[in-house]
Order: sequence, then C-alpha cells, then structure tokens
Amino acid sequence: MTGPLVTLESVRKIFPDVKQPALEEISAQLWPGRITGLVGPDGAGKTTLIRLMAGLLSPTSGIIRIGGLSPGEDAVKLREFIGYMPQKFGLYEDLSVLENLELHADLRGVVGDARAATFARLLTFTDLGPFTARHAGKLSGGMKQKLGLACALLGQPRLLLLDEPGVGVDPISRRELWRMVQELIDQGIAVVWSTAYLDEAELCQEVLLMNEGRLLFYGKPQDLTNRICDRSLQIRHVEGDRRQLLTRVLRRPEIMDGVIQGHNLRLVLRAGCAPPNLLELDAGAGAEWVSVAPRFEDAFIEALGGGPGGDSVLAQKIRPAVGAYQTVVEAVDLTKKFGDFTATDHVNFAVKRGEIFGLLGPNGAGKSTTFRMMCGLLVPTSGTARVMGIDLKTSASDARQQIGYMAQKFSLYGSLSVRQNLIFFSGVYGLKGARQRTVVDEMIDAFRLQPYLDAAPDSLPLGFKQRLALACAVMHQPPILFLDEPTSGVDPVTRREFWTHINGVVGNGVTVMVTTHFMDEAEYCDRIALVYRGGVIAAGTPDQLKAQVSTPQNPDPSMEDAFITLVQGQAHDN
Amino acid sequence: MTTNVSLRRLRALCRKETLQILRDPSSHIIAFLLPVVMLFIFGYGINLDSTALQIGLVMEDASPEARHFADNLYGSPYLRVTTGFNRQAMQQAMTSGRIRGYVVVPSDFAEKLERPAETVPLLVVTDGAEPNTANFVENYVRGAWHGWLVQRAAERGEAQPIEIAIESRFWFNTAAKSRNYIIPGSITIIMTVIGTLLTSLVIAREWERGTMEALLASPMTRTELLLSKLLPYYVLGIISLFLCVGVSRFILDVPFRGSLLVLLGVGSLFMGGSLGMGLLFSTLLRNQFNAAQAALNAAFLPSLMLSGSFYEIQSMPGFIRAVTYLIPARYFVTAMQTLFLAGDIWPLILSSGLFLLLSAVFFIGLVALKTRRHLE
Repeated sequence: MTGPLVTLESVRKIFPDVKQPALEEISAQLWPGRITGLVGPDGAGKTTLIRLMAGLLSPTSGIIRIGGLSPGEDAVKLREFIGYMPQKFGLYEDLSVLENLELHADLRGVVGDARAATFARLLTFTDLGPFTARHAGKLSGGMKQKLGLACALLGQPRLLLLDEPGVGVDPISRRELWRMVQELIDQGIAVVWSTAYLDEAELCQEVLLMNEGRLLFYGKPQDLTNRICDRSLQIRHVEGDRRQLLTRVLRRPEIMDGVIQGHNLRLVLRAGCAPPNLLELDAGAGAEWVSVAPRFEDAFIEALGGGPGGDSVLAQKIRPAVGAYQTVVEAVDLTKKFGDFTATDHVNFAVKRGEIFGLLGPNGAGKSTTFRMMCGLLVPTSGTARVMGIDLKTSASDARQQIGYMAQKFSLYGSLSVRQNLIFFSGVYGLKGARQRTVVDEMIDAFRLQPYLDAAPDSLPLGFKQRLALACAVMHQPPILFLDEPTSGVDPVTRREFWTHINGVVGNGVTVMVTTHFMDEAEYCDRIALVYRGGVIAAGTPDQLKAQVSTPQNPDPSMEDAFITLVQGQAHDN
Repeated sequence: MTTNVSLRRLRALCRKETLQILRDPSSHIIAFLLPVVMLFIFGYGINLDSTALQIGLVMEDASPEARHFADNLYGSPYLRVTTGFNRQAMQQAMTSGRIRGYVVVPSDFAEKLERPAETVPLLVVTDGAEPNTANFVENYVRGAWHGWLVQRAAERGEAQPIEIAIESRFWFNTAAKSRNYIIPGSITIIMTVIGTLLTSLVIAREWERGTMEALLASPMTRTELLLSKLLPYYVLGIISLFLCVGVSRFILDVPFRGSLLVLLGVGSLFMGGSLGMGLLFSTLLRNQFNAAQAALNAAFLPSLMLSGSFYEIQSMPGFIRAVTYLIPARYFVTAMQTLFLAGDIWPLILSSGLFLLLSAVFFIGLVALKTRRHLE
C-alpha cells in the first residue's frame, strides 16, 4: 500500500439555480483496501460526491485526483478502473442476468477466456449462477443489488463506487452484500459505500459524515462514537407509560437525545452532565440507570446539533380518541392471491386502542399488501379486515373515514402548493367552512409550515415533506393512523421528531399501525408482527422477539439480529 | 472529445437495444400495428372522390322529354337519384342530410325545350355547407344535362349544339382515384410519426431508469451511444416502411411504379431526419412522456398539414407555402408520390433526396451536439 488512491482537496460543487452549494470544501483521502463510508441523510451531497469521482460531474472548484489522474481530463483512462453502481443499480430490467453481464463485459473489454473465467467467478461470488436466464426485472431487491455489483466489478476496477446499495433491500441482503464487499477489500480495492443507514456506517474503516453539503466528520467511526463514551444510558424497569416518561426526560437540559427501546428508554447525556434523578422524573420505584455501549448514531445526532426534544405540538391539536371498541384493527385469516402467487397467507392480528403496531419484513414479504387490504385499497381474496368493527369488504368508505393514511413516498400532489394540498386533503375527508380553515391553520402552526405555504411539495426538504404528509393524514382527526414506511430516507433527527408526534398522538388514544425497515424504529412499537413470504412468522413485543433469539454468544441481541435470525430460521424450515 | 468507435462496444450496445426492441410490445405496436391501422384508416376512411352522391329529383313535368332527361340522371354512375314530387320534401331531406342536393324539372320544361329561343330553366339546389360536395353535385348534373342534349340532338338528327368535345385524361392517376394520391402522403405521415416516436422514448428511458449513469461511467463513447440508438431503430423503421408500401400495393391496390432500391435510399434519408428529431427530444427532455408528446406534436401536425400529403401546397397562402419548405416531410411526400404514381423520375428524386439529406444531417448533428458525456 503506497498511498491514498483518491485525494479530494477543498472540493466544492454548486449547481446552477441552486443557492446552497451541493458540496462545500470537502477534503479527504480514500485508501485502497478500505471501505470508506459516505454517510448522511438525503440531500447531504453523497450522490454528488460519488458522481464527481465517477467523472459524471465536474467540481466547481477544488481538486480530485484518482490514482494520480483527474476525472475531468483523463476521463477515458479512469473509466477503465472505476466500477460504479448507481442508485437503483443501473440494470436493464428487460435483459436477463447474463445479458446484463455480457453488455458490461463488452463495454469494458472483458473478452475471450478472461470473460468466461470472470463470469464464472462473479456468478459464484453472487450466487446468481442458477438465475442467469432470468430477467433482471424479475429478481428480488437483494439479487438485483448483487447483479449490479457484479456488473460494476467487470473489468477488475481498483475503485468501486456504490451509491446507496442498501436502499430498498432487506437487512439480510444488506449483510450479505457487506460480506461480499469485505472480500473485495482483502484484494486491495478501494470501496466507497454511501448510505443513510448508520449501522452500516459504523462498520466502515473510515467515514465521511455529511449533512447539507458539509463534512461534519472525517475519520474512523469509532473516533466519533468515542466522543459519546459513558454518555449513553438506558432507563430500565420503567413503571407507567414509557412514552410520557420519554417526553418528560427529553425536557431536561442534561439530555441530548432519547428514544424508546422496547420497554426501556435509551438516552444520551450532554457532555459533562450527570443523569437526572429518576424519582423527580416519576419513572417508578424500580427504575434504574444502566450504562450502555454508545452507538454511531448517538454521535451523529450530536454532530447534527442534538435531538429535537420530546414535545409534540400536534398532540395538543388532536382530540382524544374514545369509543366503544377495544380492538380497533383486526385481521382474520387475511389472504390475498395475485394469480397463483399468494402475497398474504392467512394473516391474523388484532390491534388495541392506543397501541403502536408494527409490520416488519423483507421486501416482497407482503407488508404493503396487508396494509392496503387494511385500509380498503385492496379487496382480500379471503378472510376479513375490520376497522372499528366495520368490515372493509362491505363498507370500505365508512371505515376509511376512521383512518388517516400516510402512503410510501408521501403521495402529495406535486402541482399543488403546500397550502392547497392541506385544503385538498381536508376537503376530501369532509371538512369545510370555518372548521376547515381552523384545522388547516392549526396544522400549519403545529408543523411550522409557514415559510413553505406557496412552495411545491417537491421543492421542500424531505423532513418538511414528511411533516406535510403527516398533517394531511391527521386533519380529519382519525382514531387510527396507518403509516407505510413513513421515514424512508429521512435523517435521524427528523425521524426522532416524527416519532415524537406519533408518541404524542398515541398518548391521546390514537391507534397507529406502521411498516418500517428501520429496525431501531421497530423498538417504538408496542407489538410487532414479523411478516415473511406472506405469513406472520413471529409476533410479540420487541423485547419478546429479541429474547427469542438471545444466545449465550449474543445475550443482548439487537432488533436487527432478531429479524435476521427469525427470518433465516423460517427459510431453513422451508 | 471522444469520437472513436469500438466495434465490440457498438455491437454490444446495438445487441442490447435490439433485445429491448424484441421484448418491448410497445415498439412492436408502434412499428408494425400502428402503420397498418393508419394505412387502412387513410386508405379507406378518407376518400376525396364522390362516387354515388345522393341527390333528389323533383319531377314537376311528366312529359316524355322530362322523363327522358330523368333516365339520363338515373344512368349516371356518380349519382344516386331519389325521385319525389314536391320541393318541400326534398328541402327537408337535404336539411336532414339524406341527400346532398336536388334537381327540379319545372312544369314548363318540355314546353320551353321546344322553343329554341327560350332558355330551359333547370333548378339545381345544393348543400353549401360542404362546398366541395356542392361543386361535385353541380358539375355532375351539368355533365348529365350536356350528355342528354347531345344524345337528344343525335336521336333527332339535329346539328350538335357543342362545337368542342372534351376528352379528359388524368395522367399518373388514370383512374383519378384519390386513394392513389392519398396513400403516398399517408405513408409519409406514418413514417414521420413512427420514426420520431420510436426514438423519442429510448434515451429518456435510459435516464428515467437510471441506466444512463451506468453507461456513462463505462468506457462507451458518445458516438457509440448515438449509433446504438440510431441503427436498430433505422432497421425497424425501414422494415415498417416496406410493410407500408407492401400493404398499399397489394391490399389497397395502389400502383407502385418506382424501384425498391430508390425507395430504400429515399426512405433511409428520411428516417435519418425523423429518428434524429426523436432522439433530439429524448435527449433534451429526458422524460419519456414529455418527449413522446413533443415528438407527436412536432412530427405529426406539420407532416399532416404542411407536407402536401392531403392539402395541396399550391393553394396555401404565400407565407405558409414558404414554411412548408422547412418541413422534411414535404420532400418525402414529393418523392413518395413520384415513386408510387410516376416511377423513378430522377430530377424530382434527387432534389427531394438532397433536402432530406440536409434535414438528417441537421437533426443528427444537433443531437450529437446536445449529447453530453456527463450529467451536466
């Protein structure tokens, strides 16, 4: 190892018509044989930086050198030794696995005997051997990701650029990809891995932590985490409502950040502060502080300026949900078939008033199908879906009035302004006149949307888009909220704020059903159903699920460990 | 600037594009179904001839002379005559659109005919809402009238009242069938739409699906990218051109008098321009929907209105006539009408070919200029 492969010196990038620079004074060195993580929320500038290295963009100022060459001037030479996997993997969905490989092999001059050998090696490496004739569009997310990697690896690159390879891929496939990339590192390749998952970042040898185009931290992830050492704590044996306790704890000036972890609270202290007295916080007689290992995310939140606090203005605007039904959402033998494919197979669950119920599972497991049947968007093939005792099959529109639905990707109207979206959605749910105006104004107030009222939703920062989508879902004061992957791609601080609102409305008796692929968010749920291949393979509280997979080697498993062990156990049984 | 081409990479890209065409039902529909359907619509649906016009005849005079004239009207191949006895009924029939006009044979018809000094009053009422048809009705009746006068004179051994006999010959379209003139124009419209529509989608699709980034990061050059987008669609376009000509010749019975080689040459030049225009929209807009909309509007409307395919350029106002010189379809219409109706008339073929070549160079050049090897 002679020196860094990539050198970035004060790299800036400003796009025309955008005031804020996409990248601001980025300096770093990337070494062969290391995985360098590009970490940050959407809009941090990760993709721009990767495209600069791939020679697809040129910097406004600053210098980029890759193996001594400049991506601008020596583009032709550089393309020979850079492997690039764009977001969405850059595959031709109507071509087969083999045809995709052949195209990239021809483009990169991998021919003759070398080609046969390379294909054999890559197909073994990715386990795609049995699927060479399958069209890329018919592969699962994890297999697409592997094929994208295989295409990027043709021509034996020295620098491998992976742009968010973990998006849309379940934790099992993410771990597998990580293992594969680890092998490449051992061969001396430099890998750049961009991600919004902080648990992935923690595993990188080095990270560039970015937010809004700025480099917040550059170095070993451990060095950043160490800044937090001894400041990460749990409150265990909480008595009473842990959500209300979290709100009280987050009001204390000593606390920088806090989340719910099953039955416990996990908190991070500000530097130099001692944990506040638990009796003062009314946490119950048995409650105690326990020191836990700091996480990279704790440090990230601190680098972003701390958590958002625990009070939800929204909760004060939502009237308490009361009613006769104790079980407000119920699925009985819910089954959905598309042709001969069973997307959901005899799914059963019951959600009580004021509960947060989570549906977790790999992509394609049937979460969204179940979800859509529960809000009357899909008609079940057999079985019953009930909301507030109303059968969705017979009176879907009555049931829908009881539901606030926040769809994946937020489904806002791009051609309407923020205010018009609020007015439209309140109108759809039957609000009108003075009541409508009051509610819209309350939402603008609660979510601090004033500066954006006349803007198009697509121009909003992702966090504000998410707030707007939540506002649109709750304006008609529904007793039930359905949230389908509400926090995808959103930075951790905004995700905290989102959950603060959810905790607040649940405190008012609103029931929440949520799907997520962030395993740490599953910890906010009172109960979880783990969905795999159309069926529920495990259900219970987060603590119960984690306890199920606890072993002497791993006595305190994470939610992700539980997920992977349970799904793989199921896959083995089949 | 990289302009070198590696045959290996070009072949791989063309192969990829071809596989995508073969697997994409929408490109089959655009290339094969659309032209045939449009040809049948143009070939059967649009007919500028007016054989068998429905007209009425009011016989106020029952004399043998009047009936003799009526027989002559019945005998005309261009008219279907319904006879009635009062004008009000005919007027109503015309208002409701059942007939296109009517002829009144007045009660003093035979009487005035006998007196050479008198003018014979024959009333022809036509539907002015459709002036073209009204003209046809008037002319056909006039023709029948003159025919009858000549016949009558001969029967009675009188001197013929007409000194000049007109014998019409329609050159190049001897049967004077408007289909023979419409079809070459229709093929032009079809080929414009197909050419631009096919390629308007292909570069935008790469951007939308995120595959363009993967290609740009590979050693592929700009020329290879462009050629791989042009060649497969050129082949597809030419196949569909020959399909159109085949259908016209063998199913719609339109004569084709030129040579296939010249058709291939002129067709290739025209496809160059159309495909280039489609690629230009695709490159500039990077969105399949917008590019297809732009392609349809920019290709279909001018080739329909301003190419001389249906509407004669000679009868357009001066400044619009000037604009038509900028429409490539105009030259292809000329070439196609020549090839179909007259044969390989070299002066016409060459001059249209030259303009088609210029338009192909213009559009493909513009695409090359607008194609970037990076994302900005």
